Amino acid sequence: MADNNPFPGENNTGHIWDDDLRELDNPPPRWWMIAFWASIIWWVTYGILYPMWPGMKGYTKGIMGWTQIKEYQEGVKEVEAVRAKYEEKIAAMSAKDILADEELKSYTIASAKVLFGDNCAACHGGGGQGGPGFPVLADDDWLYGGKIETIVQTITGGRKGVMTAHGKILKPEEIDSLAKAVLDHKPTSDPNFTAKGCIACHGPDGKGMQVLGSANLTDAIWRFKEDDQLASIKYTITHGVNDATDPKTRVAEMPAFGKRLSKDDIKKLAVYVHELGGGQ
Amino acid sequence: MNDNQQAQRDAAVDELYSEAVHWHLNTGGETIHAKRIPGKWRTIKWLTSSFWIIFFLGSYLRWGGRQAVLFDIPNRQFHLFGITVLPQDFWMLSLLLLFFAILLAVVTATAGRVWCGFFCFQTVWTDVFTWLEDKLEGPPQKRRKLDKAPWDAQKFRIKATKHVLWLIIAVLTGISFVAWFYGAFELWHDLFTFQVTHTALGIILLFTAGTYVLAGFMREQACFWLCPYARIQGVMIDSTTAVPTYDFHRGEPRGRVKKGQSDKDKTIGDCVDCKQCVAVCPTGIDIRNGQQEGCIMCALCIDACDAVMEKLGRPKGLIRYESLDVLNGKEERPLYKRPRIWIYATVLLLALSGITYGLSTLDAIEIKAIHDRQPLYVLQSDGSVQNKYTLKILNKMTKDLDVRLSVSGPEGAVLVGAEKPIHTKNGDVTPHVVFVRIPRGNLTKDSLPIVFHGEATTPEGNVVKTERASVFIGPKP
Repeated sequence: MADNNPFPGENNTGHIWDDDLRELDNPPPRWWMIAFWASIIWWVTYGILYPMWPGMKGYTKGIMGWTQIKEYQEGVKEVEAVRAKYEEKIAAMSAKDILADEELKSYTIASAKVLFGDNCAACHGGGGQGGPGFPVLADDDWLYGGKIETIVQTITGGRKGVMTAHGKILKPEEIDSLAKAVLDHKPTSDPNFTAKGCIACHGPDGKGMQVLGSANLTDAIWRFKEDDQLASIKYTITHGVNDATDPKTRVAEMPAFGKRLSKDDIKKLAVYVHELGGGQ
Repeated sequence: MNDNQQAQRDAAVDELYSEAVHWHLNTGGETIHAKRIPGKWRTIKWLTSSFWIIFFLGSYLRWGGRQAVLFDIPNRQFHLFGITVLPQDFWMLSLLLLFFAILLAVVTATAGRVWCGFFCFQTVWTDVFTWLEDKLEGPPQKRRKLDKAPWDAQKFRIKATKHVLWLIIAVLTGISFVAWFYGAFELWHDLFTFQVTHTALGIILLFTAGTYVLAGFMREQACFWLCPYARIQGVMIDSTTAVPTYDFHRGEPRGRVKKGQSDKDKTIGDCVDCKQCVAVCPTGIDIRNGQQEGCIMCALCIDACDAVMEKLGRPKGLIRYESLDVLNGKEERPLYKRPRIWIYATVLLLALSGITYGLSTLDAIEIKAIHDRQPLYVLQSDGSVQNKYTLKILNKMTKDLDVRLSVSGPEGAVLVGAEKPIHTKNGDVTPHVVFVRIPRGNLTKDSLPIVFHGEATTPEGNVVKTERASVFIGPKP
């Protein structure tokens, strides 16, 4: 501290180093001070209006009564209000009518995406691309039919087709020969197809029957698609599908969603599945 | 400390104080009351300021039944006379911003801070506010006296009138700004019927407060401490830039002119140290100290000095537009010999041609194809492969259009789901799901290019077309 200030009249604090390096005491610019006090006023006002101070039990609530969860709930209400007009229409319409209305269809597809992800995607894949043992929903081949009403029925009541295990009924050569004919998409070319009664379920032309859910054996889609398709066909013929008498039978069951989901949700899902690519 | 050291120290102190006069910073502690005098540059400044009349009145202009220029943010449509620009065309905005940035650079490089001195809203609004102040409170000395005077009815009346007028201008500024986005007539209607949206009202209030504070109180402080462009432009100026300059060769040493003395036997420079240049300066600087950050290059000091020189019968132009090079006796470098100008001009031209190209090739319709990612492809019962696409059809016309879709690609490609034309709303995106099927045997690779074509007939009978390339994905052949 220099008692005799060598730099008088310039408003320095008296802190001087290296002869002439000194600290001045100039006021900050006025705009800076305005901003400074404005920030403090802002902070105090915020503390009064909004929750701010933690206490031993709880916190100050603020006079606005604002909470995060309230804001969230208001947001949800707003979204529901927007959806309401569509949801009301959907409740009053059949799945087929929804399909015919472009605007409702777009809304349904957008809103059913979550439903599909929660209820269907685990087996049928996120895009309806199927999975090992589970049918593809995006193609144009349907076991029970691809009409919108049928899809509603399938989701509501579930499906469980049955194919008898033929391991004890047919000779191995007969299974071999049938499997080869099926692999070529020409099941009727093998006389066993008619003689051994395959036509009872798969039809005289081998195209399956949608009433029973029996597979079309003449098209390019495999119900049980595997790398070695011939082996897969033989396995299916030998052990059947859902045949309780054969412990090695293929299990293929679509559960019923009639009690799990609301009617409107099923309608939406049916429209969604119909529009995945194969609806008829 | 011996005598020698003491002498050295004293010399250092002297040197220190020789600069001290420059250290004074105008931090807004006192209001700058600039004198207003008529002159050539004053007239030019009013003319350039009147550019902002467009800001106040432009939004009332009509074009084809709607506002000529409307930045419709809620509907994501920008109307510019006959053209409608949608967010999809916004790459042009970056070119526009580039154009103005370079325009600022090229103007600043040749003639200094023309923007600051003649066009900037801060300068113009401050100018108008101080003009009102001058009319109501009188010239600078009277204003300073009034500021110091005790509050009486007359002072209150004058001050109140001033602030009310300032606020009216501020509110009109806010309303005029919002009008470009809201629709001018709708805004007035909604304001008077209390239906205006909170956003619009908030912005009007923000602009009102901003105008009132910035032009009424902050004034030159905004240029000194707030505005980044003030500093940026400083580095765009070089020694070849013509800026308002005090000719110190001619002016120095300055000295007061005495009565009865003729110019013939004068031994000092032409500057008579009347401080008129300081008096008229809106930012309160002394141009005679050379080019400095506070100078917004409004040229008002030129008017002041010229008026004085005229009275004394000396040649005008002691303060004039001149580059440092010329002032120091170098020859003036013509524009075309400055590489900066060439570079700036090239960028300007590129940006401008980009915008011209963009505006002239605005497609009436546009398609974006989004390939479904899960699954990438689906095998069909007839042995063909199916891909799913969401086509986003953008209709930029002012009328609804029925868009006919088709696809071209590998042999046998079939478009499913677009048998009928797709109805698209004007100025909107219509999403539409389509499928493309190709026989598996025709797929030579697991990914092949395909092109979607869109075509529509406008109500006037013109056929507008667009196309979009995409890919078709299948199993590995």
